[in-house]
Amino acid sequence: MPREKKQQINAAGLRYSFQRRSFLLGAVQGGVGLLLAARMGYLAVAENERYRMLAESNRVNLTLIPPRRGWILDRGGAPLASNRADFRVDIIPERMEDPQATVETLGTLLSLSPVDIQDLKDKLADSRGFQPVEVANGLDYDQFAAISVRLPDLPGVVPQRGFSRFYPTGPSVGHLIGYVGAASAEDYEREHIPLLVTPGFKIGKDGLEKQFEQTLRGEPGARRVEVTARGEIVRDLETREDVQGNAVQLTIDGPLQDYAARRIGLESGSVVVLDCLTGDILCMASMPSFDPNSFSDGIGRIEWKMLADDDHVPLRNKVLKGLYPPGSTVKPMVSMAFLEAGLDPEETVHCSGGLRVGNRVFHCWNRRGHGSVNMAKGIYQSCDVYFYHFAQRLGMDVIAPMARRLGMQEEFPLPVASQFFGTVPDPQWLKRKHGREWQAYDTVNATIGQGYMLANPLQLAVMAARLATGNQVMPRMILDSGKPQFQSMNFHGNHTEVIRNAMYDVVNGPGTAGRARLPIDGVELAGKTGTAQVVSLSVSGGNSGPWKFRDHGLFNFFAPYDNPRYAGAVVIEHGGGSGAAYPIARDVLTFLFDPVLGLEKLYELEEQWGGTPTERMARKYASYAEEYGVDIPRPPRNPSVITREVDAEARAAALETPSGGADGGVRPVENDAEIPPAGTAAREQRSNTAVGSTSRQGQQ
Amino acid sequence: MNRFVVPAPLARLPWQVMVPLAMLVMFGAAVLYSAAGGSMSPFSGSHLLRFSVFMAMALVMTQFSRDFVKWAAYPVYAAVLLLLVLVETLGAMGGGSQRWLNLGPIVLQPSELMKPAIVLVLASFYHSLPVGEIGGWRSLLPAAVLIAVPMALVLMQPDLGTALAIAFGGGVMMYLAGLPGRWFAASALAGMIAAPLAYFFVLHGYQQQRVLTFLDPESDPLGAGYHITQSKIAIGSGGIMGKGFGEGSQSHLNYLPEPHTDFVFATMAEEWGLIGGLLVLLVFGIVLRWGQLVARRAPDRFSALLAAGMTATIFFYVAVNLMMVMGLAPVVGIPLPFMSHGGSSMMTNMICIGTLMMVDRWNKQVGQNGLA
Repeated sequence: MPREKKQQINAAGLRYSFQRRSFLLGAVQGGVGLLLAARMGYLAVAENERYRMLAESNRVNLTLIPPRRGWILDRGGAPLASNRADFRVDIIPERMEDPQATVETLGTLLSLSPVDIQDLKDKLADSRGFQPVEVANGLDYDQFAAISVRLPDLPGVVPQRGFSRFYPTGPSVGHLIGYVGAASAEDYEREHIPLLVTPGFKIGKDGLEKQFEQTLRGEPGARRVEVTARGEIVRDLETREDVQGNAVQLTIDGPLQDYAARRIGLESGSVVVLDCLTGDILCMASMPSFDPNSFSDGIGRIEWKMLADDDHVPLRNKVLKGLYPPGSTVKPMVSMAFLEAGLDPEETVHCSGGLRVGNRVFHCWNRRGHGSVNMAKGIYQSCDVYFYHFAQRLGMDVIAPMARRLGMQEEFPLPVASQFFGTVPDPQWLKRKHGREWQAYDTVNATIGQGYMLANPLQLAVMAARLATGNQVMPRMILDSGKPQFQSMNFHGNHTEVIRNAMYDVVNGPGTAGRARLPIDGVELAGKTGTAQVVSLSVSGGNSGPWKFRDHGLFNFFAPYDNPRYAGAVVIEHGGGSGAAYPIARDVLTFLFDPVLGLEKLYELEEQWGGTPTERMARKYASYAEEYGVDIPRPPRNPSVITREVDAEARAAALETPSGGADGGVRPVENDAEIPPAGTAAREQRSNTAVGSTSRQGQQ
Repeated sequence: MNRFVVPAPLARLPWQVMVPLAMLVMFGAAVLYSAAGGSMSPFSGSHLLRFSVFMAMALVMTQFSRDFVKWAAYPVYAAVLLLLVLVETLGAMGGGSQRWLNLGPIVLQPSELMKPAIVLVLASFYHSLPVGEIGGWRSLLPAAVLIAVPMALVLMQPDLGTALAIAFGGGVMMYLAGLPGRWFAASALAGMIAAPLAYFFVLHGYQQQRVLTFLDPESDPLGAGYHITQSKIAIGSGGIMGKGFGEGSQSHLNYLPEPHTDFVFATMAEEWGLIGGLLVLLVFGIVLRWGQLVARRAPDRFSALLAAGMTATIFFYVAVNLMMVMGLAPVVGIPLPFMSHGGSSMMTNMICIGTLMMVDRWNKQVGQNGLA
């Protein structure tokens, strides 16, 4: 109202207006005061519980203590994998403020090499921020203390006392036990629990460590600490101890495993020894291997280059994933098939050095011929013609089922991620797989373990055990109190004895492996040699030429021959012949019965090889580090991907080889003279065998 | 009653306010003692020292005569304006924004001084403005210029909180001076339209962020929203009785940002609970109510406007700070009077108190001389 306004404009009106308005302002102020009091009451009373919890979760930090991992024990209770108390340092990348400076400071404090620093930078670059990255473990107290006092300048760095996995025999158990490592991003996605991103926690990455992860893991401990906003620990509030994971006891005999692995030496191969009575796998060594101790902080670039450069495929467990043409080692099995099919073991065939099958001549490995050959001689002299002859008469339908009964193509119930179980070819399989009819020469090839036939070393060992005992021995890796009862194979009459005796003669009679005789009184070894062709003779000779074209050497065995207790197999890849394999079997068994005698032999050899595998690897690492430094490509982020690649190659290669054989390129050989181990003085070839000439003349 | 024992000038001091105020300052000192981890230094001791010094200053101010103050209004305003320009220039030369002047041992923040100065100059302006001009453009335009110039200078620093405080002080003065109510309604409407525009075109990035964060603190729990969230946690977790003196985890473990300055109330509330909070509100209520009474009792327009303006300035500090720490207002960097550690804010607030005490003395003089 304009009129009113004009009336008010005088001193008294203004004074009245001031009083009115200041009262209004006062009311507003009082109102705000009440609002504030109400708001505070709401926060402090109604929402008190919620904010109290939030304050508590600010203040209290729950730190998980990685549980001590359960031990992996050998059959005697000795640790194959244990834990070692140590000091360690991790980084939680997302808490770092200046990664560059932090890494440099750590490098100086811990005297890391340029390669280590580069590896650490790679790991940091790949990390997901919240996942801890291991800097170093096994530190001494001084280094640990040096880092601890500088912590305020090193945000994100976590030094702690903890336990790290320790494998006393290192490379000897690499493939068997696997290794542990920090959980990967994939692991964390699969199992979304805070323990996996706790610094210092390691998860099983391979082998038994991975298979028994849940058993071995244990329960994490917890430490409640009061922390500042910056994460500095003010004081400990409460600590709960961790619960150590359960131990896993294996059937493995630790010392034997170590011995066998070391005895393989510079060769690429595997040794399996079974207990015939229980099926216990006493050793399954595969070399060359990796040192699981050095894998737990991730695989560095030099380690990776060493593995990638090695044509002996150190990442493949050759016992379970190495497939080989079994060669002549199948002959006792084929003989058993003949016996069970009614063949008289005394029935003979005349070997003149070859046999015509269809329009093609198949040679015996001994071109001069074996003369009159019965079953026993067929085995101990490994006469090919004997088997060519009777196999044609009795047929593959007799042989293939026996092969399967004795463990070939069988996948054993073992706690492993995968086993390659190979092939026992028969007419149905050939039709399905290659779309062609079974021919007589396929039978002939199969009887000498060539052609499409493939087996892994464990299967060869099981075959020996079942033949020797006449029981359906089933291998096992985990020790339990119960003693398994095996069903009989139900071989007729004295058939088991016939085979046993023939295999005895291989070693102790006029056989192919006289030098495999055990230097122990009263314990006789029985076995069967095998030399498996890798490539057609047109590509390369069997025991000379490039390493990867040389023949595989095989030997499967049992002992004592009259009361079989142990059975096993040795396969040496490209060893040049069975002469590379049976000396190892002999020494391993010698060690089993007389450790001192066995070790003497090993020390002698290791002196020439340049020390134990661990020592040799350390030296190789040093020379690689010197030669390449940081100038080598970084390892792949996920080593298991590469392992898979290697496996795939292995499988493809395994399929390629016999296809050459199917074309008739089989060159029956038996190079059974003892071959001095690679790397020892004078690898002389005292070959007393005629290396078969090409048999390609037949057909194409 | 004590006039026979205590000298008259002392007895006439408004003890009913000074005692609660001193207790509030001492309470603040206790909170600062705790915030420093149980130590008088660096906050608590200097807090008490500053209060003593500025209380002495206020007591000196009390003795000023009305004519002197009226005469000094424009020179003081001009001097503070000059200081603001000086700060601005020095900052430009130093290559960055600057809010402080380093004068030997004292660090002076001229924008703080502008808050009482604007009240003083407007009180003087409206006092001398002929009564008939109220409602005309002459009552608005000069005052608007007086407000806008320092506001612009402060915004350039940039210091939104202080600029708003100056605007609030100026606005309250205009309102109390009796300017037509529809002008305020109209400018409120204009403000509502202008606010979004100002948000997009005037505010700096970090200021926009603060507004956004205020509207939704959880949107940025580790960044700008962290302050508000942690402050609410501190206040809420204190409960009714608080966690006990020296037991506040939020402040002691550094979760609460600025536990000794802007968020001192949260530090206090965590340890003293709702009881402590209501006590603080009560003391502020006593002080502000006293300020209003002083203004209402004032014999003339100048004194009344001056006292009411000073009261409003203190109120603005208290209200914005408390609303901020309780999550009702954006984080604008305004300290809590008499409790926060900080010389400039203590000085401003004690100037306001001193002015109120001065006007109170004038009132009592009128009573003695005129009525008794």
